Amino acid sequence: MTTIAPPGPIDDRARALLGGGLALRRRVADALVTGGCVAALLLAAVPLLHLVVTVASRGAGAITPAWFTRSIQGNVGQLASQGKINYAFAGGAATLAQGDIVLGMQPAIVGTLVITGLASLLAIPLGVLGAVYLNEYGRRSRPASALRFLTDVMTGVPSVVMGLFIFSVWVVPRGATGLSALAGALALACLMLPIVVRSTEEMLKLVPDNLREASAALGTRTWRTTVGVVIPAALPGITSGAMLAVARAAGETAPLLFTIGAVTRTNWGIDGVTTALPMQIYANATENTPEQALMAWGAALTLIVIVVVCTVLARVVTSRFSFRPT
Amino acid sequence: MTPDPVTPDPVNPGPVNPGPVNPGPVNPGPVNVAAAPSGTRAGTDLLAAPGRAAAVDSGFRMLALGAGLLVLAVLAAIAVSTTQKAWPAFRLEGLSYFTSSDWNPTQHRFGALAFIYGTVMVSAIAVAIGVPVSVGIALFTTEMAPRRLRSLVVTVVDLLAAVPSVVFGLWGLIVLAPWLDGIYDWISARTRGVPVLSSLLAPGVSGTSYFTAGVVLALMITPIVTSVAREVFATVPANDRAGALALGATRWEMIRGVVLPHATGGLVGAIMLGLGRAMGETIAVALLIGGNPRIYASLFGPGDAMPSVIARNLGDAGLYPDYRPALIGLGVTLFVIVVVVNAMARWGVGIAQRRMVGAR
Repeated sequence: MTTIAPPGPIDDRARALLGGGLALRRRVADALVTGGCVAALLLAAVPLLHLVVTVASRGAGAITPAWFTRSIQGNVGQLASQGKINYAFAGGAATLAQGDIVLGMQPAIVGTLVITGLASLLAIPLGVLGAVYLNEYGRRSRPASALRFLTDVMTGVPSVVMGLFIFSVWVVPRGATGLSALAGALALACLMLPIVVRSTEEMLKLVPDNLREASAALGTRTWRTTVGVVIPAALPGITSGAMLAVARAAGETAPLLFTIGAVTRTNWGIDGVTTALPMQIYANATENTPEQALMAWGAALTLIVIVVVCTVLARVVTSRFSFRPT
Repeated sequence: MTPDPVTPDPVNPGPVNPGPVNPGPVNPGPVNVAAAPSGTRAGTDLLAAPGRAAAVDSGFRMLALGAGLLVLAVLAAIAVSTTQKAWPAFRLEGLSYFTSSDWNPTQHRFGALAFIYGTVMVSAIAVAIGVPVSVGIALFTTEMAPRRLRSLVVTVVDLLAAVPSVVFGLWGLIVLAPWLDGIYDWISARTRGVPVLSSLLAPGVSGTSYFTAGVVLALMITPIVTSVAREVFATVPANDRAGALALGATRWEMIRGVVLPHATGGLVGAIMLGLGRAMGETIAVALLIGGNPRIYASLFGPGDAMPSVIARNLGDAGLYPDYRPALIGLGVTLFVIVVVVNAMARWGVGIAQRRMVGAR
């Protein structure tokens, strides 16, 4: 046992330790799996890259100053056949040639901003207060557990169900005046509410109890502790959660399909029918003329920019101001 | 929030009126003094008196409770009112709502089986493609990638989550579907004559099909499945990994022997979460599945799924009797399926978390 082993086998074993002597099968399996994981990454990254490049290159042609100021052309195909809209299409990308009418998308851009903004106004304060109740007051009481359970369930519920809900309890009973930006905002708010509640509660949980105790020891009442200590400490997390909910809501189509109607003129108000970028993409995606496809791609580019700005803002807020317990 | 550094001078208003209002529950030392806001009344007074501050406090409590109950009410109303609105259709069709594939609003017949089939098929394809890809990416980021590459990969996957579903639909319809159509033809030509495959992979009508919708859905569920899988892998104790590597295991053997067994429950949860997302996805599927209200034998053929039927038809569903309840019924069915799937997901993730706690 204790004798020194002969030199030959030791060399082999040493080489085995270094990996050179591993059975070929084991090395190949390892390399295959590593390659498989890289391939998986490429399988997701390549379509994403292709999508982003396609949207940018095909949509860029539509983005002119008029895009943000004009109303939507209803009969694009017909106007194009009359030579009133002159885009030159080369390899999918469009460039503006001389023409009478330049495509506009203002109603949808305004609609998306109004509807999403209104939905945020409805959902974020309510959601944050609900989370404050969950974490600061309700804790493990029965209503709190019921609320927590329901928000958990609702985060997974398909967005189309939110549209169905607002459609059946708000739009249908109101008849002709039912379709409006407000109805769309209500549907989006239903979608955002569980997301905001959950993310805010998680952030409030992260605030150390030391802060609450210190504040209480100074004789501060619970509401002042909450408003003055807990919420400020958790604010970056709450903000980023809210921004992500906004980004999600801005890109949603399904809840708007039967709640906002359709219109080609800008509606700045919350009453009356309106339109939104996802709706324009959906409506123009199935059309055949290159001008209508251009409208869809342009709307897609505008929408992605809005969503990405929200997402990036959320990330910046989290990383810049994130709460570090020391 | 730092306490007001105003008071600790001899002229402090704290102990000035230690009258009967002050029960002195706390020691009347410097803590109390610091608590006194540099305002009008003494801190101790403020603590005990049922005055305005107390009213504000209980008011805020009520506000929070009210918000909580309102959220609860809204969420409960979603479940209750949609079921209630769908009831006429369920009563009309009975069980055949789920077992018949005869969907004909003009004839007043509503059998949703074809759409249930479509939803199940499309999400099964999405999970079959999306989950291996997501697990691969998660393994790559947690086990293989150098630190700098890791954050890049995470950013790319998060970006995937930021793309709105309607944009996926647009891209899938105009770019991906025509390209996939050629591949479908190629595959169909190769599998002609093989018993089951020849019908399952028969040539479709155009590029829009169950499979096209499934492929795009796979892309769409990748971010959520990846991020959950990544979290699950991160819970594997470092000692176990190090132990396996010290015994001479290759990286793959370590993953197979340590990481995957430890992560099984959590992975089931991640898969279920992805499945729930895939089932509920509406617009991309509506654009890509082809819109055919019957069961199409081939995966490369057009069909329809529950959410996309709702999306396409609810707008003018008022034209036929009971059409609207029937469509809302699809929503309720979807709702129930998704809730069950998500409950299973939470159960799986819960197992993983308990295991992590146990491992410590």
